Amino acid sequence: MNVVTPQDLARLRADFPILAETVHGRPLVFLDSAASAQKPRAVIEAMVGAMERSYANVHRGLHWMSERATEAYESTRDAAAGLLNAPDRHEIVFTRNSTEAINLVAHSYGRGVLRPGQAVVISAMEHHSNIVPWQLLRDERGIELRVAPITDAGELDLASLESLLADGRVGLVSITHMSNVLGTYVPAARVAALAHRYGAKVLFDGSQAIVHRAVDVQALDADFYAFTGHKLYGPTGIGVLWARRELLEAMPPFLGGGDMIASVTYERSTWAEIPHKFEAGTPPIIEAIGLKAAIAYVRAVGYGAIAAHEAALTEHALATLAGIEGVNVLGRAQDRGGVVSFTMDCAHAHDIATLLDRQGIAVRAGHHCAEPLMRRLGVDSTARASFALYTTRDEIDALAAGIRRVREFFS
Amino acid sequence: MNETLSDDLADLYERTILERSRRPRHASRLACFDAHARGDNPMCGDRVDVWVRREAGRIAEIGFEARGCAISIAAADLMAEAAIDLDAEAAGALAERVAALVRTGAGQGADLDRLRPLAGVHAFPSRVRCATLAWRALTAALDGRVETSSE
Ligand SMILES: Cc1ncc(COP(=O)(O)O)c(C=O)c1O
Repeated sequence: MNVVTPQDLARLRADFPILAETVHGRPLVFLDSAASAQKPRAVIEAMVGAMERSYANVHRGLHWMSERATEAYESTRDAAAGLLNAPDRHEIVFTRNSTEAINLVAHSYGRGVLRPGQAVVISAMEHHSNIVPWQLLRDERGIELRVAPITDAGELDLASLESLLADGRVGLVSITHMSNVLGTYVPAARVAALAHRYGAKVLFDGSQAIVHRAVDVQALDADFYAFTGHKLYGPTGIGVLWARRELLEAMPPFLGGGDMIASVTYERSTWAEIPHKFEAGTPPIIEAIGLKAAIAYVRAVGYGAIAAHEAALTEHALATLAGIEGVNVLGRAQDRGGVVSFTMDCAHAHDIATLLDRQGIAVRAGHHCAEPLMRRLGVDSTARASFALYTTRDEIDALAAGIRRVREFFS
Repeated sequence: MNETLSDDLADLYERTILERSRRPRHASRLACFDAHARGDNPMCGDRVDVWVRREAGRIAEIGFEARGCAISIAAADLMAEAAIDLDAEAAGALAERVAALVRTGAGQGADLDRLRPLAGVHAFPSRVRCATLAWRALTAALDGRVETSSE
């Protein structure tokens, strides 16, 4: 699909059973996909089908069922490698979510490869999951944490990033590929080139980015890339860390247990080859099967169509909200995805969200796990509408009408 | 919007709540106080600071500064009146009954009368903690759980 026509959109929406639900007696207008996306029937059926027809533990049994389950689980690795254009399927590590993927890097790369006195750079628009693991590392290992500022438009300040890199002590730049609050896309290839020029590796938190646009880790020249299944129309409980083979090989394990070893004696254990070295314990088998279906679904719709559809929606939303007095949209990045955060002069974000909810409109209100960014923006919380491949223009108009009613109510 | 406002929404944003959130009467730090505590709702970023001045063991005055939604501000403002003249024990007991009121929508007793506008919160489970935040800060202050200071 290259574009999403109204007929396509109706068909796509029919793929998501939950979109037929009503909330408070009104059709559900779900504008909170950035927190977690809804699931297409293909994902639901893949997971149920696995449990009904071909389920057993993986990598362990010599029996037919285990072989089928292992095949299904491992084929998700190929799907994820394909999605990211990773050169090697063994570079795909399954985690629980993005948070665990970043913690894995902070643990194994941060504690195993970085040295005290080195620094990690994050940006001023990170999710807590890309802040706190580095603080833990800093406090435990004497690794400095530096924060690259953003401009008032909500874009990464590349000049400042470069000056943070200039002393050559930065071992890793760990940065969001797309802000979950401002919608800003970071110019990832330029960030990677900058990081590499000063000898640093680069991790992109792709939790939001990969939902809206194709990602090619080779074209970006990334070193690590993390994403989470449930935002990509897949199930909860599974995420992906991609990293270059040589990095994964140099890193010590994260968790210890079954599946991640080559051999165990009381004196010492040796580690399995990558990626299994990083996948201790029974993995999220059913979730992996769901993720594969989600990846297939997104690729069948096509990133080109998704990106174009969401860009049109975002433009419409920005134009519409700009026309409502007392509404302030945060961030005006040139390059942005389908996330719009706003505040209102007359009402706090929670009150906005409650009033919209009673009109059947789901938005998120709060700090969006980005408290330092809230402080930078001078707010304590925002309301956020986020768009997905199933979002319609009518839903944005419903949001606008809802916001007008919030205004009437509170002023 | 009022004609189409659902009943539970009208109850949540009852007239008193809206008035108090727009023009709170006690939203300032006390110049002279005996206890202070801060309440945070880490999930949503609401914050309220409560200052208490006591006379002969009873609450003589309460001031607060809140950053948050209409419910949390109105609840703090109502608290600043409802807890006057109580000792720490009675204030703690009232705080518990207010928590029950906002969770269930029901509660007996004349001392709850002026807090009844908060009853509508019970239909909105995610907003209960907005209504109880100031009371949690008050009981923390009275327990001396956050350091008291005088400026
Ligand atoms: C930019 C960003 N990073 C990380 C995360 C964390 O994702 P998860 O909670 O699935 O680990 C999120 C979403 O919550 C996010 O938006």
